[in-house]
Amino acid sequence: MSTLPPPVRRIAADRHPRVVAPTAPGEGSGNGASTAVPGAAGGSAILARRRAARPAAAYPPEERMQIESVSLAYGEKWVVRDVSLPVRRGEVLALIGASGSGKTTLLRSLNRLTEITAGAGRAGRITLDGEEIHEIEVNALRRRVTMVFQQPNPFPMSIFENVAYALREAPGRRRRARRATLEPAVREALRRAGLHDEVAEDLDRPALSLSGGQQQRLCIARALAADPEVLLLDEPCSALDPISTAVIEELIVELRESVAIVIVTHNLQQAQRVADHVAFMHLGELVEYGTAEQVFDQPRQQRTRDYIGGAFG
Amino acid sequence: MASAGPALQPPAAAIVRPRRESTSSWPLVDRLAYWLCWAVGIGLCVVAVGIVVFMFIKGISALRPSLFVESPSPGVLAEKHSGGFLDPLIGTFILTAIGIGIAAPAGVGIAVWLVEYARPRWLARAVESGIETIAGIPSIVLALFGLLLFARPLFAFLSGSASNGTVGGQSFLNAGIIMSVLALPLVVGASREALLQLPARMREASYALGKTRATTIRRVLLPSSRTGIASGAVLGMGRIIGDTAIILILLGTLKLEGAGGAPVLNTLRGTGSTLSYYIYYYAPSGDGNSPQKAYAAGFVLLMLVLALNALVTRLSKGLSLGTTTWTAKR
Repeated sequence: MSTLPPPVRRIAADRHPRVVAPTAPGEGSGNGASTAVPGAAGGSAILARRRAARPAAAYPPEERMQIESVSLAYGEKWVVRDVSLPVRRGEVLALIGASGSGKTTLLRSLNRLTEITAGAGRAGRITLDGEEIHEIEVNALRRRVTMVFQQPNPFPMSIFENVAYALREAPGRRRRARRATLEPAVREALRRAGLHDEVAEDLDRPALSLSGGQQQRLCIARALAADPEVLLLDEPCSALDPISTAVIEELIVELRESVAIVIVTHNLQQAQRVADHVAFMHLGELVEYGTAEQVFDQPRQQRTRDYIGGAFG
Repeated sequence: MASAGPALQPPAAAIVRPRRESTSSWPLVDRLAYWLCWAVGIGLCVVAVGIVVFMFIKGISALRPSLFVESPSPGVLAEKHSGGFLDPLIGTFILTAIGIGIAAPAGVGIAVWLVEYARPRWLARAVESGIETIAGIPSIVLALFGLLLFARPLFAFLSGSASNGTVGGQSFLNAGIIMSVLALPLVVGASREALLQLPARMREASYALGKTRATTIRRVLLPSSRTGIASGAVLGMGRIIGDTAIILILLGTLKLEGAGGAPVLNTLRGTGSTLSYYIYYYAPSGDGNSPQKAYAAGFVLLMLVLALNALVTRLSKGLSLGTTTWTAKR
């Protein structure tokens, strides 16, 4: 026994996670439930102050997409069951839930990216501006509903070409657009993604020479270049460090003015910081939907309380 | 993101470095096997260096500038008057160009179809086994098949014909087509590997921007796998340059001999040879009686192939652009 190294790892595992964000006395048990969620409530008190600092949307939210009783399957396996949600411009909708809850599948179904996977099936209606998305030509749909992925995935080309790619090869355009014609649009997209000032000098740099956070903002610029109506973000910060994450979160809050945003995240603090509405999913079902304040401060469902309290997930 | 702070000072304590593992604790069999592997590796290096050095010494001493500019004179046994290898050198370039000119686009097309489409499944499997079969066929059998095929009247336009109308079946075009079959599996294999290595998220990124599959292939996947494709093409060129059996059967004259017609077509439909055939002809066991010329040509051929190999290594390291590697973070 004496030869064993000191049990450093065990000590770390034994420490209760709630100690990280202790509850101040007399705070955060407003829901009055027997299973109070001290961590989440205490954390949200701090976060509420940060939330209050962010600007409110200038326009009233406007509905773009409607998810109506949607169920999704891969082959025989149903991974999403009977979910209904609105997607509005002017607000950020966050999908939260444990791994395997179907939130990413739901997100990918919004621009029919699920169809790449063989055997993917869907029941229920998804509409974009009132039109069923199956009726829209798939590539046209994907230009109106674009997506940013978990891992920054710029193409191995120059910064300029990465953004220009989204603008080129549009249907009905026979000839390849000249660089001078595209440049204003490319720069505008980079500006909207908050990357322009950092790369303005040298748009011909290889995109892969950028840092991870810059690469992800480049991907956002690329997704914005086609001027979409809806922007889908699949855990866009999970591969980034906290500073890059903060930059992108600010960007998301800014962008919701002009484009409807749906974000999938495992990071509850992130959902609290950026989301206006939150949908909590568990094992393919929508457990709870409401404003961020309501879901995090007064969750109605026991499963939501457990999840945001850290009991599972 | 990382701040460039002052460099860390080395610690005061002595640096511990792990000692190399000793084989003394290994069972005898393992130790024997270990030393055997070691010896075989050294042996291989010795053989490789030996060949290069031998060809270098023999080749340099036999090499004359005149060899590059004189046409060969088959039948002249006096070494002084039998000429150089200008025609075979030109023939090598012509044949490589035809062969890879067919094999590269065809091979890339097959690879793209296999990786990106491959439907129906049974057809994809059939294509895959077809490629494997071709890769396994000895080149002399391919050549024989080619001669039988191209001697048919249908293919008379590819080669010269005798005065009585019999189709010769021997020409640069015919040999080039068969050579492309030889190079095809190498191009398909390398392109396929390159395409398979591109991560799924690269394709997704393009689809998510509303790009069609065809656009994605043309504008993203092929440019991103160009180093792999180029390596395959260069390997295929090396294969074409070195092959002799196909030249023996489908070309077979030392000098370029036109088949009539327009200037370039005249040569392409005509016969000739390559360096490998030249070596075969002048080797000590051949008919030429000038082994010195075989050494000189062998040296040139070896240098060509080594240059191509160096090019492959360079390409596969991605040194040419430095931006084509996809940083895999997971």
